[in-house]
Amino acid sequence: MTKKIKLSELGSLFGGEIQALEGVKIEGDVEIDLGQTGMNPQMAYALGHETAQLAHHLINISRILGYPVDQMLGAAPAKPARLSKLIESKFSVGKIEEWKTPIQEVVLGATSSDGGTRKSTITLGGETALPYYFDSPMPHRNHITMDVFDMPINMAKAVKSNYEDVINSPAEWAKKVVRDFGADMVTIHLISTDPNIKDTSPKEAAKTVEEVLQAVDVPIVIGGSGNPEKDPAVLEKAAEAAEGERCLLASASLNLDYARIAEAAKKYNHVVLSWTQLEINAQKELNRKLMKQCGVARENILMDPTTAALGYGLDYAYTNMERIRLAGLMGDTELNFPMSSGTTNAWGARESWMVSSPLKEDSDWGPREYRGPIWEIITGLTLSLAGNDLFMMMHPTAVQVLKEITQTLYGGKESEPVNIDNWTSAVI
Amino acid sequence: MKLNSPLQVYKYLPQINCAECGDATCMAFAAHLIDRSKKLDDCPPILKNEYKKKYTELQTLLAPEIREITIGTGEHAKSIGGDDVLYRHQLTFFDPTAFAYDVWDTMPEAEFVERINKITNFRKFYVGKFLKVDMVAVRCVSGDPLKFAGAVKKASETTKLPLILCSFDPAALKAALEVVRDKNPLIYAATEKNWGEVADLALNYKVPVVLFSPDLDKLKSLALTFREMGMKDIVLDPGTYPQGKKLKETFEKFIMLRRAGIKEGQKDIAYPIMAVPLNAWLVYKDTVTASYWETVLASVFTVRYGDIMILHSLEPYAMLPEVHIRDTIYTDPRTPVKVAPGVNEVGSPTKDSPVIVTTNFALTYYTVESDLSSNKINCYLAAVDTDGIGVEAAVAGGQLTAAKINDTFQKANFDFKDKTSHGTLILPGLAARLQGDVEDVTGLRVMIGPPDSGRIPGWMEKSWPPKPK
Repeated sequence: MTKKIKLSELGSLFGGEIQALEGVKIEGDVEIDLGQTGMNPQMAYALGHETAQLAHHLINISRILGYPVDQMLGAAPAKPARLSKLIESKFSVGKIEEWKTPIQEVVLGATSSDGGTRKSTITLGGETALPYYFDSPMPHRNHITMDVFDMPINMAKAVKSNYEDVINSPAEWAKKVVRDFGADMVTIHLISTDPNIKDTSPKEAAKTVEEVLQAVDVPIVIGGSGNPEKDPAVLEKAAEAAEGERCLLASASLNLDYARIAEAAKKYNHVVLSWTQLEINAQKELNRKLMKQCGVARENILMDPTTAALGYGLDYAYTNMERIRLAGLMGDTELNFPMSSGTTNAWGARESWMVSSPLKEDSDWGPREYRGPIWEIITGLTLSLAGNDLFMMMHPTAVQVLKEITQTLYGGKESEPVNIDNWTSAVI
Repeated sequence: MKLNSPLQVYKYLPQINCAECGDATCMAFAAHLIDRSKKLDDCPPILKNEYKKKYTELQTLLAPEIREITIGTGEHAKSIGGDDVLYRHQLTFFDPTAFAYDVWDTMPEAEFVERINKITNFRKFYVGKFLKVDMVAVRCVSGDPLKFAGAVKKASETTKLPLILCSFDPAALKAALEVVRDKNPLIYAATEKNWGEVADLALNYKVPVVLFSPDLDKLKSLALTFREMGMKDIVLDPGTYPQGKKLKETFEKFIMLRRAGIKEGQKDIAYPIMAVPLNAWLVYKDTVTASYWETVLASVFTVRYGDIMILHSLEPYAMLPEVHIRDTIYTDPRTPVKVAPGVNEVGSPTKDSPVIVTTNFALTYYTVESDLSSNKINCYLAAVDTDGIGVEAAVAGGQLTAAKINDTFQKANFDFKDKTSHGTLILPGLAARLQGDVEDVTGLRVMIGPPDSGRIPGWMEKSWPPKPK
């Protein structure tokens, strides 16, 4: 055991008679460590430590006064035995027995053999463990669908610069994200249908969907404007125009006429995105209603439990998704569906688009051109670890990096061997 | 910890309800020990000699599954490890991942000092506090123990942050330890080859030590051996491979180690885990690419069980997401995140600017605030104290009421006659049903905003300024 003497306790060591120590300058309550190993005050003194010098002086005083200082210093317990050989050992760890229920597999897109016109389809879900865990491999990799809007919208500068040439043509925009940016899918957001924006009619909006379907041959997501009164009619018309294509209809939620959207999905062979706001019980409720009340088949449901940006509620979004996924794996059949994330929400974080910090106390935020994409990447990556399958994204660099890391963790990336045994001395 | 109910803890407590801990009863204190919001030493009676046996027993039973170790000294000392759960919703994660940024002994001195100062002074304001980084890792690139010791000395003179001494050469570690022995640095690392000498150093200098081996059998061997020799302050580095299948394996090893420690109670490897995202720089040379990939690795291992990590990039676009993802994962999910209630200015409001009401749930508040500021809407934004509950739930639950709203403006000395030309306040769309009440209580004109603050710009165009009555 280490013995410590506080200066205030020195009085007792000296019999309570010494009022001041001549020639010793003391500031504050100095602790003198009389530990058993190494910290021999004489040696430390030689090394020039200020406190050690102090200790040395004090010990000298004690010695002069006749206290058995050297015995105290020498009274350390025996050193622990040194081993000459490593203790042999094997490491092992079990798998999680409770993960018995697979996540529902959902196919997006339909080829000509299934009544659609897509060149290929995408399968999501099927997991029987948390993503990338060794318990069991993920059957399908993560996928990314890139945003296309039916009218020019406000975008962060770093995003907008990629789309200026196609901003007035959803079809060209869709082509560009597939051809140039490696999008697995395209989301056409029919935001102009919002009565507060352009109030585009469902019939007009459906034409845009047709254009996009003709422009690209990947599966697509059809998004409304988010207006709960208008969206059911818009999605219904769009679903009809895209009959048989197994599009993802975004979204059914508890605050609109979800039954009408569910009906459209059933009638025209599409998948419903079940969207709730950061509330696991609401997600259960909506999924249950879609299945039981509306009769949507399990293989036609995907969930969007809401994505909040890094720094703006991602902790809620992350934990909500992780709880949903764990509940699903452990047998909650109202929650074991693949998940989708509106990762684009990351661009709502001021760190992703503001020129500089509004607070002068902050360290320099650096160039925003680099901040934005990484904000989108980390938001998506965090949710991928919670179990998210499909990512709705905007920035090409963010898409590439998120693909790289999710596919690496999925096990789909080879690399040259890297020697990490010398990082401490690496010149970087 | 080995106990999971207050009743089990209660058996070991003095059971005298003296309330010295601040709780009225020993049972209430027991509940705080279980949720780890209080420490056993907060109970003065149990520290007395008569309870010594129970104290010791209980302390062992309450110890977290993952050993908690401390690096550094004084107010900047950092504890790492200390976790009891695999998922944050099961309790919360303790001891946020310690971020150490590197310097190396071949740097010119001015650059060396500047870099350390940059690390020490980094800060990012967030929800009422500053996010900071924690440590400086000094790497021995020169291969010269004396030069390394000199750099370590300079580092310790430049910053009070804890240090990590990084070299596989025991002679270099020894030379460095001589100059910072009283600073409780972490030494990196003992391996299959040098473990005997590094063990001597860790024992002699009483410092925490990292064990490195990508082979988990070997890593466990090292841990068992060090423990047998009397060392408890151990950190495990299973090796962070920056790419490909090896990176996937690294990820799996982190899961395996933590699952073994927490779920299976394998004490032999229940130590904090180190990640080295810096290894991204071994494969990418371009600053932006390497910084991006390093940030990606840092995020993966912040989410999945890294307790301490060594990083290189000081680019703001790397450090900002890093400190935010750590805050995301380590924020206690048991307490709703709140902002201080009050009336705040967004932009530069004038007498004609709107006065908008929201709750003090941090997520709601910051969302509304950023919707307003990003659209350059100058206004007053009132955060009503709803105990950190969002608008819809607070209206339903009675935390957002006309009286509470009135109270918020009164406490802030916000006089509508003085501050505004319009005497109007705007309620969130989701609180529309409070309109009549608020009019009655405040005597103000009350307008109903959109249900989503993202639509405030459109709403403003249509509805603001209010038409004269």
